Amino acid sequence: MIRLIASGALVLTLSGCSGNWGWYVVNPSTPAGWTNLQFMATGAYYTLLLSVTAIVISVVAGLLIALPGLSDKPVLRAINRVYVETVRAVPILVLILWVYYGLPTLTGLTLSVFWAGVIALALSDSAFQAEIFRAGIQSIDKGQYEASHSISLNYRDTMRYVILPQAIRRILPALGNQLVYMLKMSSLVSVIGMQELTRRANELVVTEYRPLEIYTILVLEYLVLILIVSAGVRWLERRMKAAET
Amino acid sequence: MPSEADAPLIKISCVSKYFDSFQALKSVSLDIGLGERVVVCGPSGSGKSTLIRCINRLEKYEDGEITVDGVVLSDARESLDKIRSSVGMVFQQFNLFPHLSVLDNLTLGPRRVYGLSDQQAKHRAMTYLERVRIPDQADKLPRQLSGGQQQRVAIARSLCMEPRILLFDEPTSALDPEMITEVLDVMTELAETGMTMVVVTHEMGFARRVADRMVFMDQGEIVEIATPEKFFTAPDSKRSQDFLKKILNH
Repeated sequence: MIRLIASGALVLTLSGCSGNWGWYVVNPSTPAGWTNLQFMATGAYYTLLLSVTAIVISVVAGLLIALPGLSDKPVLRAINRVYVETVRAVPILVLILWVYYGLPTLTGLTLSVFWAGVIALALSDSAFQAEIFRAGIQSIDKGQYEASHSISLNYRDTMRYVILPQAIRRILPALGNQLVYMLKMSSLVSVIGMQELTRRANELVVTEYRPLEIYTILVLEYLVLILIVSAGVRWLERRMKAAET
Repeated sequence: MPSEADAPLIKISCVSKYFDSFQALKSVSLDIGLGERVVVCGPSGSGKSTLIRCINRLEKYEDGEITVDGVVLSDARESLDKIRSSVGMVFQQFNLFPHLSVLDNLTLGPRRVYGLSDQQAKHRAMTYLERVRIPDQADKLPRQLSGGQQQRVAIARSLCMEPRILLFDEPTSALDPEMITEVLDVMTELAETGMTMVVVTHEMGFARRVADRMVFMDQGEIVEIATPEKFFTAPDSKRSQDFLKKILNH
């Protein structure tokens, strides 16, 4: 909260320092400014929808990719390594372009801008999620596997009831970081025309010729969004910690 | 020829086990009968833990054969199901599931493996919690309990699977001295119910009271098998004598 007020104060100070600001373009007290502001802010809906959908998919995919990486079979481990190394090596922007323009030609599927964005973001993030899960699962003491074995749990139940509940608690901060990262990376989906925060700001700049003000608002939008999400993640962590004691 | 009923419950034949180039078990053979209580002792690194971990397939071995209740241990499903359902294990570090309440630690196996309803599993769990004398701790998390209580929960967790054989891998070695007795008392009571037990321990008083046979291991071999009376008063081998001198003289 303090950071939020401070950042607002910073912007006001900056605007006071220079004569080149033209806040009218996003002044909520004028009808045009209010419309512009609404146009920009409603992009948050897509930014959130895109990021949250992508992270849900990438968490599931990341777990499925992490599991073979923990196998004692070299072939399965190799599949995990190849996937992680390959996907990590592709820049997200390139992946977005490839999925949107390339994948339909390859598969004959038509992808909406939204789903192309979700797939690209999820694909890219899944490699990182896989590494987070792998580290989290590896951090669980091997006695937990032995105890599960000794009460006859099979692999699936061992993972589901014993290992993953503990691993997820440990990796929750890392998952929170990935969500914040995803919110920022979703801005890249603007290049294929997704009407999220960044795209809306760009479109407004083209019509209003006020990049300084509009992009400043854009920065604040991301800042507010991410501060809220971070606070949410911290709240969740605290709640899980409290539930333990 | 021994009849079917006389066949040993656990038959270990010429088992050898390597950790890389180190040979942890050197062609070990041992038969354990139904209802028998066997205490395995020996200096650290003698292979005693490795041996009992082989019995429930926590360790694999390169050579030899172990049969449990007539089934040869292997990776075959039938064999795995057999050991899993008939052999329980209690660990030095308890290995309770820290994120689950005591009750959930106990009911997880019965629910998932035997398909018991929540009600049935809870009923069974409470029966065994009473047996280890901590029914009032059912809703706590493991870390809210003392070490001795945790180990008793671990014993109850094993009992909930109703195994025919219970393996103990140094069950009191991680406990503060004042908590050892409560765990040993529970184990002694368990022995009195006729449970087949294989116990790796340094608690020689317990061994003397409870064991039908003592197995002394050193450097991956079984050096001596004797009744407690014989083992503690007149052990045959020099290595047993040296070992006993060391641990009984403090």
